[in-house]
Amino acid sequence: MLHYDASSCNGCDIEVLDCLTPKYDLERFGVINTGDPFQADMLLITGGVNSQTESVVKQLYSQMPEPKVVIAVGICACTGGVFKECYNIKGGIDTVIPVDVYVPGCAARPESIIDGVMKAIRILDEKRAAAIKDRR
Amino acid sequence: MAKRSIVPFGPQHPVLPEPVHLDLILEDETVVGAVPSIGFIHRGLEKLVEKKDYKQYVYIAERVCGICSVGHGIGYCEAVEKVMDVEVPTRADYLRTIWMELSRLHSHLLWLGLLADAMGFESLFMDSWRIREKILDMFEKTTGSRLILSVVCVGGVLKDVDSGMLNEILRVTEELKKEMKPVIDTFLNDYTVQSRLKGLGVMTRDQAVSAGAVGPMLRGSGEPYDVRALGYAAYKDLTFEPVTAQAGDAYARCEVRLKEILQSLDLLREAIEKIPEGPISVPVKGNPSGEYFMRIEQPRGEAIYYVKGNGTKFLDRFRLRTPTTSNIPPMVDMLKGCQMADVPVLILTIDPCVSCTER
Repeated sequence: MLHYDASSCNGCDIEVLDCLTPKYDLERFGVINTGDPFQADMLLITGGVNSQTESVVKQLYSQMPEPKVVIAVGICACTGGVFKECYNIKGGIDTVIPVDVYVPGCAARPESIIDGVMKAIRILDEKRAAAIKDRR
Repeated sequence: MAKRSIVPFGPQHPVLPEPVHLDLILEDETVVGAVPSIGFIHRGLEKLVEKKDYKQYVYIAERVCGICSVGHGIGYCEAVEKVMDVEVPTRADYLRTIWMELSRLHSHLLWLGLLADAMGFESLFMDSWRIREKILDMFEKTTGSRLILSVVCVGGVLKDVDSGMLNEILRVTEELKKEMKPVIDTFLNDYTVQSRLKGLGVMTRDQAVSAGAVGPMLRGSGEPYDVRALGYAAYKDLTFEPVTAQAGDAYARCEVRLKEILQSLDLLREAIEKIPEGPISVPVKGNPSGEYFMRIEQPRGEAIYYVKGNGTKFLDRFRLRTPTTSNIPPMVDMLKGCQMADVPVLILTIDPCVSCTER
């Protein structure tokens, strides 16, 4: 899992980190937070896209190996949220890269983030199975 | 002279959850200069003040940053209240103070965890964040949400806390005091922590003052400057003495924050003992006209809120100077001469909050 903060207010970021700590502990599902896009197959993005992070998000996405899934965490990442009217916000993550799972909330609760990650794992498995089928 | 090389640091970086970009100029392993570039989280929140009316804007102000969310709400509301000459009920002042101190606790514990993580001390990171969950639970019990509370409004607060819940907060503070002991002990006395932090990024009192450092950064260099001493909200009724440390290095900044955790626990106890009965908000009529500068002490340092109203329900200007903004120049000074491997720890000692800085 690779986490990137596009233009979030920190709320969702902290909740994402919270998911890794003893109370919620995402690692029990086999999910490890990494800082390296080349080793990640799940991209977790918080916050809407602005003009400066747009290229970074695109680059991170292109660096990840196939198959990959993208999770938009928080209402800002889904649609732009309260910042939708700001001059520097382009909207949700799906304006830049394809998104597989949307996790709503401001800030998204750890329970819903875990739920989103579980859904993403299922989608990732399907994509992987489809890729193997294609190869045959 | 050794050959110079430039190493980019960030924006996506495993140590910091937030995007911050630095160009580090290195001579071998030693940093001789750092050029920060910001703007990765700029959203343009200050401009939104022209689209949302001054009562709605409280929710935007709270979303400047998810960590010091309560503080931003309080700072903005107090500034608008001063413009409009609204007298806030005492109980509301106390409730604001209680939430503010709880948020300081959770912010400092979060920082301690991140510092431990940057040093590679994984179990200490987990331990700090485990303790922090208790404070988030208190937020949830009193307001319904974990991080962005949305309880402050112009004229008071939106939710009351009954005496049963106040006693519950008291019980949790006692529990936290006990649980913090081993963590504080590890941070202050552990050999590993000391060897990573002592003598790192030393800043003398004069340097810190002239570079414009605020918050624990400044107090870690021995300057007893804390805006809470001005007595906004309920701080005027509480006994309060700024915490300082003399050494001015990373260890001293860590020490200041650890002691502030204990101080916040004491302040919470005192506020809960002194809280009066009464209404929690007053009705606010009319529109703000005039301007005001409000200063409050966020967990990271002094934050300044400037509000200018023009008699309509939309404000003319809202300006926010956050603690991280003023701590970036001292950080750049501090980075000169340190080792490349110490850069993440040093950046963390200013407790950077990029989303506050860039809004």
